[in-house]
Amino acid sequence: MKVVPALLAETALSVPALPVLADGHMASEMTIVSWGGAYSKSQLRAYHEPYSANTGVEIINDDSSAEAVAKLRAMNEAGNVTWDVVDVVAADAIRLCDEGLALEIDADTQLAAAPDGTPASEDFGDLLVSDCFIPQIVYSTTFGYRTDLVGDTAPTSVCAVFDTETYPGKRSLEKRPINNMEWALICDGVAKADVYDVLETEEGQNQALAKLDTIKDDVIWWSAGADTPQLLADGEVVMGSTYNGRLFSVIEEQNQPVAMLWDAQVFDLDGWIIPTGLSPERQARALDYIMFATDTQRLADQAKYISYGPARASSAPLVGKHADLGIEMAPHMPTDPNNAQNTFLYNYEFWADYRDDIDAKFQAWLAQ
Amino acid sequence: MAGKTPISRKPVNFYVPIVAAFGALAGLFVGTAQGSGFLGLIIGAVLLGAMAFVATQIIKTERPTKWGFTVLLAVGGLLLGGIPGLVIGALFGWFFGWLTWWLYEGRYREKLAPYLTPGQVLWHFTFRVICGAIFVFLITPILVVMPLSFNSQDFFTFTPEMLRFEAEGYSLKHYRDFLTNNDWQNALRNSVLIAPAATLLSVSFGTLAAIGLSSEHVPFRRAIMAILISPMIVPLIISAAGMYFFYSRIGLQGTYFGVVLAHAALGIPFVIITVTATLVGFDRSLTRAAANMGANPVTTFFRVQMPLILPGVISGGLFAFITSFDEVVVVLFVGSAGQKTLPWQMFTGLREQISPTILAVATILVTLSILLLATVELLRRRSERLRGMSPG
Repeated sequence: MKVVPALLAETALSVPALPVLADGHMASEMTIVSWGGAYSKSQLRAYHEPYSANTGVEIINDDSSAEAVAKLRAMNEAGNVTWDVVDVVAADAIRLCDEGLALEIDADTQLAAAPDGTPASEDFGDLLVSDCFIPQIVYSTTFGYRTDLVGDTAPTSVCAVFDTETYPGKRSLEKRPINNMEWALICDGVAKADVYDVLETEEGQNQALAKLDTIKDDVIWWSAGADTPQLLADGEVVMGSTYNGRLFSVIEEQNQPVAMLWDAQVFDLDGWIIPTGLSPERQARALDYIMFATDTQRLADQAKYISYGPARASSAPLVGKHADLGIEMAPHMPTDPNNAQNTFLYNYEFWADYRDDIDAKFQAWLAQ
Repeated sequence: MAGKTPISRKPVNFYVPIVAAFGALAGLFVGTAQGSGFLGLIIGAVLLGAMAFVATQIIKTERPTKWGFTVLLAVGGLLLGGIPGLVIGALFGWFFGWLTWWLYEGRYREKLAPYLTPGQVLWHFTFRVICGAIFVFLITPILVVMPLSFNSQDFFTFTPEMLRFEAEGYSLKHYRDFLTNNDWQNALRNSVLIAPAATLLSVSFGTLAAIGLSSEHVPFRRAIMAILISPMIVPLIISAAGMYFFYSRIGLQGTYFGVVLAHAALGIPFVIITVTATLVGFDRSLTRAAANMGANPVTTFFRVQMPLILPGVISGGLFAFITSFDEVVVVLFVGSAGQKTLPWQMFTGLREQISPTILAVATILVTLSILLLATVELLRRRSERLRGMSPG
């Protein structure tokens, strides 16, 4: 009976050892949750590496932002919050804040002021869409198209997506109503200012779905940001929507025959939240990290690695060249005046109120 | 092996239509790729039917016509599809040359029993084709991954350069990325630490449980067995969520030991099942004989019982190892980023960044699995031979 005592001994040793181990971790490590891929890499180089060098804190990356809301709920229920700082889109931050799962932040005392002394609340301005949300980047969902598959006339309007005669072939759209419903209405003759008023009504929703119905057979639906770049590179689709940073990488880093269609790009925000239920020392360190990582210079630095616009007004003039490619990043920002001639801001309040309804309708329409 | 059945040449109206039918099938594929499936079907049927007729009735010599088929279709492939077309055309040509002569000479009948009806002969070969098709269906998705992992681009795409077999189309950069990237190396280290530890626990507990449950005096044997097997039957996501809440409360969530325990729980059913199966053939009087000669239970176990049930223990252990090594759902719940295993890294990689590094890792893992299984199989055969259990 050699095996059993050995195993028992191991169990007995391990269990008391755990809390000690856990405390040891806490002093020098923090877990930061983000989206993975090129985006996490940009954060690693712009924020994590300098922060670790300054403080000696080791940062563990967890690429779980896609399921952040569900996981934070589970952690809260289990009373075991293992994440220190979480990167989420603004809509998720609003939900987490309402549920009490994210810490409220006072922008002026807990975030760094701009170099010229402008308080953070003014520097971020309207982008502070929730008390718990510290904005980091402005990104947009927009279309890219294959330059070699669109014929002689390159598309200039988002309505090219609905024009299967001029641009035959498949297009990829995100498998959710958000953005698609707005684009459908705009291309069905609804003025941009009226889109959300129309979408509030039953007829408006049906109108949008009817417009989408005209291209339903030509759509490949995506759910991960990496899908459209893959489909474009394959030539599987002529055009497709995705995040502008993904398209930048396809065009500039991977040299694929793809171009941007900035028309009617939809702006959205991404940023940090700090979960509630952290021990005081972990919370203090998370706040310290946030103070550092969202200051003017750090936000401008991130734009060296990925083409998302910094959320602070004071960071914009500091945006320079791409760290590896050496090209100017400003013309690739969704916020650049040339790209932002016709834009759309994601309406948080509207979608907070109508999301469940429209989601159900959209899914039912998809299944038809 | 000498033929069972005397063979004779077949009439033209038998083999030419068959070759033409296969030609139509091949023509359908080529035609669809070129734009018109129907046209391809017709051309394939006429062309290959005619070639079969000419080869057997006009030229009448086997070897030159087989080469003729290969060269002719290879040139056709080259004109249609460049270098890859050449290779595929040559393979097609070789196949059709063989098929023509195989049917014409009646060689297909050679190794079958003389009394089979034509229907039975047809079924004999149809059955083989079906088996082959199933095999292809199972294997192709795994094989497709391998050339793609040598892609010089960052997408899951057969680029034109790759299809032309140009050196620039291929690179080892995804393998380099796997070997140098910290994320992947940490994931590899975690997998290599967790899987053997979980296997060790599963095998120890599973074997003991199987031996205990196979002795008749244990009460509630079936109920206990059902509970122990349950991790295999309950949907994984349910076990995972349950483990998550339980482990969180006792401080095991997000620790190596927690992940090892969770994986051990998943592996135990496999060990119990395989060991129980081998114990059926185990003669209990051997343990009594050992006891009779003065051996204590531990000695009996290690000297008498263990060697005999070892094949079951090893295959159970292999299953347990693979379960842990491949597992992604439970580790997503029970682990934290510090215990990220290879499947976890592949899962997030597929969702967030479709990078061929995943394919490079997949290729390495498939190769390792094949080597591992081959080694175990060779060892098993060797030990059987040494123990005189098989004539080989």
